[in-house]
Amino acid sequence: MKKHSIALSASVTFALLAGGSAAHADTLRLLTWGGYAPEDVVAKFEAETGHTVEVTKSNNEEMIAKLRATGGGGFDLAQPSQDRIAGPQEEFGIYKPMDMSKIDAALFIPSMMEATKGNTTVGGDVYGVPHVWGTSGLVVDTAMAPMVKDYTDLCSADVAGKVSYRLKRPTLIGFAFSMGLDPFAAYGDEAAYADVMSQVEAKLIECKPGVKTYWGGGDELMGLLRSGEVVASMAWDTGGWKLNADKPDITFVAPASGALGWVDTFVLPAKGKADDAAYAWINFVMQPEVAAMITAAAGNFTASQGADEFAAADLKAKYQNSFPQAAIDNIKWYPPVPAGLEAIEGGVLDRVKAAK
Amino acid sequence: MRTESKLGLALLLTPLLLWLALLIFIPQVDVFLVSLRERIGVGQYQTSLANYLTFFNEPLYLWTFLRTAMMSIVATLITLLIAFPVSYYIAKMIKGRMQSALFLLCLVPFWVSELVRTFGWMILLRETGVFSNILQFVGLASGPVEMLYNDGAIMVGLVYTSMLFMVVPLVTTLESLPDEVVEAGYDLGGNGLSVLREIIVPHAMPGIVSGCIVVFMLSLGNYLTPTMLGGKESLWFTELIYSQFIVRFNWELGAAFGFLLLMLSSVIVWGMLKLTGQSLEKTMG
Repeated sequence: MKKHSIALSASVTFALLAGGSAAHADTLRLLTWGGYAPEDVVAKFEAETGHTVEVTKSNNEEMIAKLRATGGGGFDLAQPSQDRIAGPQEEFGIYKPMDMSKIDAALFIPSMMEATKGNTTVGGDVYGVPHVWGTSGLVVDTAMAPMVKDYTDLCSADVAGKVSYRLKRPTLIGFAFSMGLDPFAAYGDEAAYADVMSQVEAKLIECKPGVKTYWGGGDELMGLLRSGEVVASMAWDTGGWKLNADKPDITFVAPASGALGWVDTFVLPAKGKADDAAYAWINFVMQPEVAAMITAAAGNFTASQGADEFAAADLKAKYQNSFPQAAIDNIKWYPPVPAGLEAIEGGVLDRVKAAK
Repeated sequence: MRTESKLGLALLLTPLLLWLALLIFIPQVDVFLVSLRERIGVGQYQTSLANYLTFFNEPLYLWTFLRTAMMSIVATLITLLIAFPVSYYIAKMIKGRMQSALFLLCLVPFWVSELVRTFGWMILLRETGVFSNILQFVGLASGPVEMLYNDGAIMVGLVYTSMLFMVVPLVTTLESLPDEVVEAGYDLGGNGLSVLREIIVPHAMPGIVSGCIVVFMLSLGNYLTPTMLGGKESLWFTELIYSQFIVRFNWELGAAFGFLLLMLSSVIVWGMLKLTGQSLEKTMG
């Protein structure tokens, strides 16, 4: 592998020298998630291309809020989830279309590439390409709470006082599916969606007394689960796998009603100033070896074709353990969120938070 | 000479005026303008008071504000009750190095960030935390005790965070009270209580008022402490503003909330000053 990467970097260097036009170095201001731009990858990229990378870690909501505040300036490349691109683009116009000719499509898993392109197309232009994907579901201490198999099981009396979840939209969506509703089918119809959400609201208020606390950040959740104060929670798959390394009883469980699948993408902010560096970064990190380095840091798999070969064996084992084929087929992938739905969800979340 | 001194004054005032205009006044005007927009469709807005009506029509938001204000007032009173004896001791009862040492001790916690201090309280109060373990060890509790994620935890955090801002003005005003005046009070037949009521408190009033205003505003505008210590029961007004801006993409409502917070908190401070017969001019000396 080492030989391979040296050969590869040599060929990239050659290509750059031959190209000549890409010789000037830019600063790439990258707005991303923790773990998506590990230091070794950044160092390798800087050494090979001469560009420098400034990494800002964030999350979906803050990314969009930051770009909205500046009208899409301040960053050259951002990584929101694919369902949060079309809506904010229509509403605030914070991204610019991708020039697909500058992206090496052969590096991507074709089905994921097509799905993301479809989900991020606004007015005929494609705005996003896929990068990292994963799911959210349940992280359960299987010794203490073996009965938790679905989101609504978090309300069970057996685990009262020892469960936690986020007060954010994935919780609303997950509970809706678990209650036999289909929130994604209601996306296009605000009244129907409000109806689904009001049922979820009633359920969440009913469940509130049994909730230890609503967790805010990943580290907070890790602390709660590690100390045993919480035995079942809604969380990302990687969170469960990380805890599994410390405490074998704790692992990620794909809920019976389906794990929620997300894909984080690459998008170009409307006022980005270093597009060449941005495209170079995309093509660089999608190489299988580099993608495997990101998988090792973030814990999630990427849309890079062939990167699975390079992924660590224990991570693959954990993934296969949590996801039998039926569970993979049952993953509910987030469709694009139409503009305006956040207001309905916001009202629900506020009322749940205020309920006694 | 005259023009020179005018120029000097202008130059001296420039940083202050720039600060006020660029960082306080213009952003507030902008927030106000945003709060007057109502979203009527994708990317379409019209001017209206809808966001302010939402605040008054949705009981949840009004209730949250009242709750935040009440808890801030209680936190201010508790801070005053704890800080007054402490300040009196530091200012009047001891002298020299001991005095500076105690004053420094009040300051030390503020050398670390608020986040770290709040985490400290979380470690103490949580179910598997220090207090819970001590109580079980001593035999006062049979099982783990959860002290986090309730109003009491928020109150503890708020009082702890604001203590310094009450102690500093109190120590300063109490230090300016001559010992002879207190002695004279006792010579004229006063007891501890009447000396406190007739001499010490009236003299310390400017410090009390300015300390209370600062602590009240800090508590009202605090985000970290209520969110982290309150957990699922926090429900703080600043948290609502944050979630409107960041989570819901609803800047218009968030801006209206922000502006209302500014207005309502000013009204509360003004009302309290009127109620206690104080004025800002007197406080500023």
